[in-house]
Amino acid sequence: MTNARGRTRPVALSLLVLATLTACGDDSEGGDGGAAGAGPCGAAAEPGDSPGVGGDRADGESVTLVAYESFPTDPENPVVEALAAFTAETGVEVEILIAGDTGTMLSKATLTAGNPEGDVMWGIDNTFLSRSIDGCVFEPYAAVALTDLPSEFTQLVPGREATPVDFGDVCVNYDIAALEAAGVAPPTSWEDLTSAEYAGMLVVQNPATSSPGLAFLMGTVAAFGEDGWAAYWSDLVANDVLVVDGWSQAYYEAFSWAGGDRPLVVSYGSSPPFEVLFATEALDAAPTGVVESTCVRQVEFAGILRGTEHLGAARQLIDFLVSPAFQQVVALNLFVFPVHPDVELDQTFIDYAAIPESPVSLDPAVIDEHREEWIDEWSRLVQGN
Amino acid sequence: MVSPRAGQLRIAQPNRLPVWFRAMVSVPPVLFLSVFYVWPFLTLVVRGLAGPDAFDLLVEARTWRVVWFTTWQAAASTLLTLAVGLAPAWATARYHFPGRRLLLSAVTAVFVLPTVVIGAAMIAVLPAALERTVWAILAAHVVFNLAVVVRTVGTSWAVIPPDLEHAARTLGASPWQTFRSITLPVLRPAITAAGAIVFLFSFTSFGVVRVLGGGNRNTIEVEIWRRATQLGDISGAATLTIVQLVALAAVVAWSSKVQRRTATTLGSAGTHRFSVRPTGQTRRRVAAAASVAALIVVVPLIALVERSLWNGETYSFVAWRSLGNNEIRPGLNIGIDPLAALRTSLTTAAWATGFALVIGATAVVAISTLGRRSSRVLDTGLMLPLGTSAVTIGFGMLITFDHDPVDWRAAWWLVPVGHALVATPFVVRNSLGVLRSISPDQRHAAATLGATPIRAWSATTLPALRRPLATGAGLAAAVSLGEFGATSFLSRSGNETLPIAIDRLLGRTGRLFQAQAFALASILAAVTIVLVVAIDAGGDRARRS
Amino acid sequence: MPGVIVLDVRDVVVSFDGNVVLDHVSIHIERGETVALLGPSGSGKSTLLRVIAGILEPNAGTVTVDGRDITHLPTHSRSVGMVFQDEQLFPHLSVADNVAFGLKVAGVRPAERRHRSEELLDAVGLGGLASRSIDNLSGGERKRVALARSLAPNPSLLLLDEPLTGLDRELHDRLATELAAVLHERGTTALWVTHDRGEAQAIAARSIVFTI
Repeated sequence: MTNARGRTRPVALSLLVLATLTACGDDSEGGDGGAAGAGPCGAAAEPGDSPGVGGDRADGESVTLVAYESFPTDPENPVVEALAAFTAETGVEVEILIAGDTGTMLSKATLTAGNPEGDVMWGIDNTFLSRSIDGCVFEPYAAVALTDLPSEFTQLVPGREATPVDFGDVCVNYDIAALEAAGVAPPTSWEDLTSAEYAGMLVVQNPATSSPGLAFLMGTVAAFGEDGWAAYWSDLVANDVLVVDGWSQAYYEAFSWAGGDRPLVVSYGSSPPFEVLFATEALDAAPTGVVESTCVRQVEFAGILRGTEHLGAARQLIDFLVSPAFQQVVALNLFVFPVHPDVELDQTFIDYAAIPESPVSLDPAVIDEHREEWIDEWSRLVQGN
Repeated sequence: MVSPRAGQLRIAQPNRLPVWFRAMVSVPPVLFLSVFYVWPFLTLVVRGLAGPDAFDLLVEARTWRVVWFTTWQAAASTLLTLAVGLAPAWATARYHFPGRRLLLSAVTAVFVLPTVVIGAAMIAVLPAALERTVWAILAAHVVFNLAVVVRTVGTSWAVIPPDLEHAARTLGASPWQTFRSITLPVLRPAITAAGAIVFLFSFTSFGVVRVLGGGNRNTIEVEIWRRATQLGDISGAATLTIVQLVALAAVVAWSSKVQRRTATTLGSAGTHRFSVRPTGQTRRRVAAAASVAALIVVVPLIALVERSLWNGETYSFVAWRSLGNNEIRPGLNIGIDPLAALRTSLTTAAWATGFALVIGATAVVAISTLGRRSSRVLDTGLMLPLGTSAVTIGFGMLITFDHDPVDWRAAWWLVPVGHALVATPFVVRNSLGVLRSISPDQRHAAATLGATPIRAWSATTLPALRRPLATGAGLAAAVSLGEFGATSFLSRSGNETLPIAIDRLLGRTGRLFQAQAFALASILAAVTIVLVVAIDAGGDRARRS
Repeated sequence: MPGVIVLDVRDVVVSFDGNVVLDHVSIHIERGETVALLGPSGSGKSTLLRVIAGILEPNAGTVTVDGRDITHLPTHSRSVGMVFQDEQLFPHLSVADNVAFGLKVAGVRPAERRHRSEELLDAVGLGGLASRSIDNLSGGERKRVALARSLAPNPSLLLLDEPLTGLDRELHDRLATELAAVLHERGTTALWVTHDRGEAQAIAARSIVFTI
């Protein structure tokens, strides 16, 4: 070998080391994903496995709860304290793993289906539910308390792949003071939003990148039908609706209450009580209100991740998540309402939160089937691309 | 056996570093890059492209609109940042003036602030007419990337002997002619390097575009994120990742080529800084250049503090007071511990800087001692993570490191490794220029005094590397402190870093959360300034001793 | 003891990209002798020095020092010192540390190093400047440090590549005499490259002339 060839030797040497390392990795790959069995998602759980609650204590066992980014991790948070109570009762340790926003969390779960990052997932909402079921992310399980829950929620998952755990509404919020200053009454209907009185007042989120934005779009589809929603949006555009990327930009930058210039914003039904609870200065009344007729219901679900090695403990945890003991800490800490009917709400919630009688809701399967098509059409219509 | 024959064209270099040494220094960067970048990247892309309709996106007009917008806004951002940054680079490199170090640190601090925060600060500062226009995006990119130009170009500017310019002046060249015909060509490698980095960052801009783009101006990076996370379309995301990477690889390869072609050897060994106190006319010019830079970075910083104090009607310290006070009222808890987040950020940054320094330093050595082709591959390869969508790296790691013996999904060090992946190019860029300006005769001189090739190399090279490595470490630490890319797509248990805590706070209803987010952003900026000042001072001491 | 050949260069050929720079060059130097290598720029003087120092490997020919064929030896094991045209002082080291570099590399103990470098600095007329930074030296002082540094490890042969470039006439002449005297006093065998006939006559008894 000549000296000229010698130049390439160091890198070749390093690559050799790498190749060896990679080869080691590949060898062991055959080990996973081997489960093959009945059903589109591979083998079902062993039939004899018992439901969790009332089962034996499983000291030393540990389950990982995968959750979206706003799930608390601070040990002093009541949600985390409630999970500690679960550990005290069952002996099962719970580790919380934060996986990103809901879309990111689901994409990861789909990529790792069968060899999941954790054992139980918290927080897939109804706009993503079909995708999670099609992606074989969950191991079906009927929670012990399932029969206690309103059928409004349980009917959404006939296959029991996931269990409803909380709900909330996406509604148009208004800035009470700003509307008073402008001399207009709060809007009361979808149609009001397109009237000249409210021109240039509404800010919404891009449904392609924002969960409340998508819910609002679905609300207009439910309200005006698959043939009528496009015309409604044309009117919104004519009425100078502002579209921003996400909830934070809409609420904190464009909404007049937080310093912007738009008195109407797509936010949550629970936003007014939180303005009171987390005010910088004590407030006697909520500074914002909710247009109840525009509310679109979002339901969140928890499910056992397919491929878990702790099936029994995971089932125990699902049972616990829908039990009153956990459900009662949900509202104040996760900004949503509990699904369990026996749970009493904090007085602030009763005073200021809107839980509309008949919110708009869409079948998850319909949402999933048309999501991309509607978003594309919306983009052409509203953003011209 | 090497036995030179008459008529052979190539002249052998008898004092080359031994092969085992060159292999040893190239193992860490090659291994690191291959394991933590190439492998996860390929795993994800192969998985994504396996689908039958993987390339359908490429025929959609929408895709090419996104590509076009991404490209032209990146080019415009780069030119603007260079135009704005050269004057402050000159002032801070050439002159000593009160507040110089503070200015450099503030510029750097802005560079590492989470994009969400800068976007919000820009909205607070910009007139309403400019909000959510492309100008807001360009302005944010200039504010962000100013540090890259000021520091990278400044480092090179500081070692140009002023007499080079004086010589041109005495030959009758006007100041402008001198700049165009002497200074600019000597600075070209640094300007190209800085320009390439700014282009990279603007091209892959994510947070700024999401906050200021109004949702209908998407970069490829945002589109990849949207497809991968919101639509679950991994194959579309993989296709776009390749489009993005091909475009950027071309730019990076071009810039390294220009850098190599235009690298000049200065008489000094690259450690001597020519800086003086400005006098006379120059004082005004230095003051003007410094003030422009100060204004550009200080205004957003002030806006941060202001927004942490503003509660909608009046100013108050309630957000700051409640920072350590986790329980707002009985049973009501913020769920975010700012001090723990600060600790997590600092620990992570320390590890990330350590990784980046080891990888970066060995990479610099490897690049400067390897053959031309190998060093070019390594040089370009290390830049690639900067140009690869964060989602792609994050998701790639997720599905690559998921089984024994590489079951690392939950490993604590994966996050600092991810930061190091992005921070290493800063260490490398900074040091490589200085290293290339060292005359090979320095090594030869040491060899004639009896030093072995390794000894001669280390005696002359390592001292010159100390300063750029220190600067690179500062930038790396700062990058890690503000990192909100790939690692936000890794799952985490335990405490979040400051940028993630800020993002979480901004995702909640309640003015207290909003004010606290800006309080935390102010803390992040302050910590970064302190860190960068300390590391700069350390670098100066290392140079003097 | 005059008459003993220290440097013997035979039939050295160097060509860059087909341009022959040194075409079968042969020279020799005897012990204790200072020889001037005289010639215009581009005549290959510096190339020959680099071949002798081992910075450049010749295409053909041999270099022998003290009877040992060093043609393929790396620079550091040749015991050939060199004063570079632009000194190549190490910018991060003090004057004394520059001078002591070769001793340190050879493993000489610190006390001994200090002693020898002070002695050499005295010899080149820089006594008392030991702790000075390289940045604060005048042109002439830099040349003196460069000479002291290359003498420190006691090389069998010293190469000087236009060591007095860039000095004013008066200083140039004074330094030429002084440095030649230092070399002579220490009995150093030296090959001194210059393009200046007067300088060659001042420092060496014998000159080798290169032409293009």
